[in-house]
Amino acid sequence: MNQTHSDLLGRLNLDSLPITALIKNPGTNEIVANVAGLVMLVGVLVVLFILTKFRLWRPLWSDWLTSTDHKKIGIMYVVFGIMMLARGVIEGVVMRAQQAMGAGSGFLEPDHFAQLFSTHGTIMVFFVAVPFVLGYINFVMPLQIGARDVAFPVMNQISLGLTVAAGMILMVSLVVGEFSTGGWTAYPPYTGARFNPGVGPDYWIWAIVVSGVGTTLSGINFAVTIYKMRAPGMLLSRMPLFCWTVICSSILIIFAMPPLSVAALLLGADRYMDFHFFTNDLGGNMMNYANLFWLFGHPEVYLLVLPVYGMYSEIVSTYSAKRLYGYLSLVIATMSIAVLSFTVWLHHFFTMGQSALINAVFGIATMLIAIPTGVKVYDWMATMYRGRIRFNVPMIYLVGFLILFVIGGLTGVILASPTVDFQVHNTLFLVAHFHNVLIPGVLFGLLAGYNYWFPKAFGFRLNERLGKLTAYLWIVGFMITFLPLYVVGLMGMPRRSYSYTDTEFVPWLVLAFIGALMILSALLVFLEQLRVSIRDRDQNRVPFGDPWDARTLEWSISAPPPEYNFAIIPTVTKRDAFAEAKITGQAYGSDDAYEDIKLPKNTPVGIMLCVLSGVWMFALVWWIWWLVALVTALIFLLVIGWSFFVDNERVIPAAQVRQEHQAWLAKLKATPPVDRDKEFSPENLGYAKTELAGDA
Amino acid sequence: MGLKMVNRLRIFASSAIVVLVGVTVAHAESNSFMSPMGPIAAEQKAHFLKIIAITMIAIIPVFVLLPFILLKYRRSKKSVDYRPNWGFSLPLEITMWSIPIAIILVLSFAVWKATHALDPYAAIKSDNPTINVQVVGLDWKWLFLYPDLGIGSVGELAFPVDHPVSMTLTTDTVMQSFMISALAGQIYAMAGMTTKLNVIASEPGQMQGENTQYNGAGFTGQKFVANAMEPADFENWVQAVKSNGIALDADSYAVLSKQSTRAEAHAELATADMPKDMIYFTLSDTKLFDGIVHKYHGGMDGQTEISQEVSQ
Repeated sequence: MNQTHSDLLGRLNLDSLPITALIKNPGTNEIVANVAGLVMLVGVLVVLFILTKFRLWRPLWSDWLTSTDHKKIGIMYVVFGIMMLARGVIEGVVMRAQQAMGAGSGFLEPDHFAQLFSTHGTIMVFFVAVPFVLGYINFVMPLQIGARDVAFPVMNQISLGLTVAAGMILMVSLVVGEFSTGGWTAYPPYTGARFNPGVGPDYWIWAIVVSGVGTTLSGINFAVTIYKMRAPGMLLSRMPLFCWTVICSSILIIFAMPPLSVAALLLGADRYMDFHFFTNDLGGNMMNYANLFWLFGHPEVYLLVLPVYGMYSEIVSTYSAKRLYGYLSLVIATMSIAVLSFTVWLHHFFTMGQSALINAVFGIATMLIAIPTGVKVYDWMATMYRGRIRFNVPMIYLVGFLILFVIGGLTGVILASPTVDFQVHNTLFLVAHFHNVLIPGVLFGLLAGYNYWFPKAFGFRLNERLGKLTAYLWIVGFMITFLPLYVVGLMGMPRRSYSYTDTEFVPWLVLAFIGALMILSALLVFLEQLRVSIRDRDQNRVPFGDPWDARTLEWSISAPPPEYNFAIIPTVTKRDAFAEAKITGQAYGSDDAYEDIKLPKNTPVGIMLCVLSGVWMFALVWWIWWLVALVTALIFLLVIGWSFFVDNERVIPAAQVRQEHQAWLAKLKATPPVDRDKEFSPENLGYAKTELAGDA
Repeated sequence: MGLKMVNRLRIFASSAIVVLVGVTVAHAESNSFMSPMGPIAAEQKAHFLKIIAITMIAIIPVFVLLPFILLKYRRSKKSVDYRPNWGFSLPLEITMWSIPIAIILVLSFAVWKATHALDPYAAIKSDNPTINVQVVGLDWKWLFLYPDLGIGSVGELAFPVDHPVSMTLTTDTVMQSFMISALAGQIYAMAGMTTKLNVIASEPGQMQGENTQYNGAGFTGQKFVANAMEPADFENWVQAVKSNGIALDADSYAVLSKQSTRAEAHAELATADMPKDMIYFTLSDTKLFDGIVHKYHGGMDGQTEISQEVSQ
C-alpha cells in the first residue's frame, strides 16, 4: 500500500508530517492542522523550558514520576485529564465552528472533520473522563476507608504510565500521520484495512488497547483495596457512599474493559495479519464488533458516572450539613445500575435488523435503569430537605446537574424506546443526549469534586468567586450548546456531518457555537481560578484539613495529608466516622499508639513502562518491526527483572510519626475553630467548629 | 393525579415540542418525522410525545421541589426544622421507589406494543399491491432496484402513495444506515447481509432520504429524494425511467460502485435525458441484487473474486 516502506522507518516518511501537506497544498484546512500541531509542540517546549529554568527535573522525578503514593498518582491522573480536556474542548469548538458557518460552507476538509470527531470522542471518554475518575478514586478512596495506600502501589503507577502513554500517542498523531476517521467507536469494516489502509485506525487501536490494560489494572487494584484494606471497624455498611460506587465501578471495569481490548485486538489482527473477523468477506462480520464494543461501551458509561454519583452524595451531605438521606437505597440503586448496565448494550444498535422481540426486551431493560437513577435524584433532594444548605461551588454544580440530568434522563428514556430510536439514532439528538448525560453527570461532578477536594490535596482553598463563575459558565454554556442540538436532531440532521444543505439548521448551530465559546471561556476561567488560587495560597491555607465541616475520614487528617495518610489507623464504629467524632468531641484525639509505618519505595518502573509502551505503540503504528521486537523484549525484561528486587519497602519510624503528628495536633489545639460563617475567610485554617448536631 | 392530568401534561408537552420543532419544519416537503408523511412516522411521533408526557410525572417534581428546597433550607434562613440526622423514612422510601417503578411499568407496555406494531420488518397490510425495492448502499450514493419493474435509479426513490413499499437492503461497501425520516426510522445496511424496511406514504410529496452512518468524505452528500407520487404519476415515472435509462450491467455497475459522489457518478454515466443528479437504469439482470449480496459468501475475498472469474 505504501510505496516508501523501508526497513528502518517502516511506513514513516516526510509525507507523514502535516507540514508537507501545507507546502504541497496550502489551504485553511492544512493551516488549521499545522497550527494544532504547532500549539502542541510549543506547549511541550514551554514545559521543558520551565522544568529546566526552575530546576524542577529532579523534584519532578523523585517526588512525582517515580512516586508510588496513591495521592500523587491520583493528582497526576487529574493533571493529565485536564491537559486532555483542553484539547477535547478546543476540538469541540472547532467542530461547532465548522457547522455554524452555514449550509454548504466551512473551513475543514471532510477527512479533517472526521479526525476531529474521532479524536474528540476518544479523548473525552478514554483520556479525560477515565483518568479524571481514576485520579479521584486514587486520591480519595484509600483516605476514606482509612488505608495507607492502595493494595498494589506499583501496579497503580503502571496503570497511570500506560494511560498517559496511550494519551500521548494520540497527541503524536496530531503531528505524525493522521488519526482515525472512524469515530470513537471505530466501526469496521470502515476501519478495516481495505477501506482505511492508513495509520489512523492503528493509532486508535493501540491507544485503546494500552489504556485499556492500564484501566483494567486500576479496577483490580481498587477492588482489592476496598475488599482487603479497610480500617478496623470500617464495615462495608459503614463505608462512605463514594467507596460503594468505587466498588461498583471497579467491578464494571474488570468485566467491561476486556471485551473492548479484545474487539480492538481482533480489529488489529484484521488490519495487520489479514484476518477476517470483521471484514465484509471470508466470513467476517462487523455485527460481532458492534456487540463486543457495546458490551464494553455501555458499562463504560456507568463506570464513569457511578463514582461521580458517589462524589455528589458526599458533596450534598457536607454542604447540607446533614446525614446522607437513604444510604441503603443509594447502595441498592448503585448496585442495581451496575448489574443492569450489562444487560442493555443492544440499545446502541436497535437499527441492526434484529427482531421486534429482542429490541423490545432490551428497550425495557434500558428503561429499568431509570428507576434506580430516579431514586438517586430523589435521595439527594431528600438530603437537602431540612438541611442547612451552603451554596459553595460544588453545590452549584450539583444543582445544575440535578436539573440538567433529569432532562438527559428523559431523552435517555426516549432513546430507549426502539421505535423512537429508529428515528433519532445517529442524529444530533443522540449526540445531545450523551453530552447531556456525560457533561452534567460526569464532568460537573468532577469539577465539583475538584473544588471540594483540592484543599485536601494541596493544603489551600481555591478561589470561590472564580469557581462560581466557572460553574455558571459551564452550566449555561452547556445548555446553549447542547439543547439546540436536540432540535436539529429532531429536524433530522445526522451526527458527524461536516456539511449540510438545510438552511433551517443554521440558527440552531450558530447558537450551539456561541454555547461552545462559553464552554471554552469556562475552561479559561477554570485555569485562571487555579492561577489566582496558587498566587493567593497563603491567605487560604487549611493545614488542619477540614475546611468544609465534612463528614468522612479523609478530612480528619492534615492538608496536604502526610505520605502515610494516618499517623494512627482510625478505628471506625459508625458511618460518617469523622462527623461522629466531631459531634462527640473525640476528633483529633491522641492515643499514643504510634507504630513504625512501612511504605513502598519509589520506583521508576511505571515511568519506564510509560515510555517503552509509547515507543512500542508508535513502532506498531508505523510498521517499524525491529523496534517493535526490541521494545517488546525490553518490556518483558523490565517487568520480570523488576520482580527480582525484593527490597522495595521503607520504614518511617514511630518516633518520627509521633513527632509530626503531635506537632500538628499541638498547633491545632492552639487555634480557635471557625464556624461556617467564616468558611471563606483566611481564619478558616481547616479546623471546623462543627455545626453538626448529635444523635437526636 | 388522574388521566386528566396526564392528558393536560401531554398537551403541554406536545405544544412545547411543536413550537420548538414543528414550526421550523412545517412545509410540504419533509425531512423529519416531526412532520410525518406516512402512518409509521406519525405513530413514532405520537409515541415520542407520549413518552415525554408520562416521564414528566417523575421530572416535574424535581423542577418544582428542588428550587423550593434550595430556598427554604438555605443556611442563611436558619430554619428551625433542621434535622441533621434524618436519613430514613419508610413512607418516603416507598414513594421514591414506587413512582419510577410505576412509570417504567406503564412505559414498558407502551414500548412493547409500539415496538411490535412498528417493526420495520413487518409487512404493511393494504389493499394496494406492494412495491418491491432493493436498496444497495454504495460510496456515496444509494442504488434503488425495482426487480419487478425492470428498472433502477440513483438519487430518486419513487413509489405510489398509499402503496406499501417493501425494501430489502444491503451494501457493497462499509455499513450504512438508510433513513427516510418522514416515513419511518432507519435501518442498517451491511455487505453480504440483507435487512428489511417497510414504509408507506399517506400523502404525495417529496421527502429527504439519507445515510446517517459516517462512511467517508462523501458522507453528507449521500442523500436522495423519496418521492411519493399519485399512482398515475408513478406509472409515468416508470415509463420515463424505462425509456431514458441506460443498461445496468457489469460495466456500468463497476463505474457506479467505485467511491464517488452522486454528481461524479452522474457525470460519468447519465445521459442528457436524465434529470440533474439522477441516474436511471434499465435492469435486465434481475439477480443483480443477489449477486451483490452473495459476492461476499464464496469463501473468497470479495476483491479477488472478479479476477478469478475472469481467469476461469
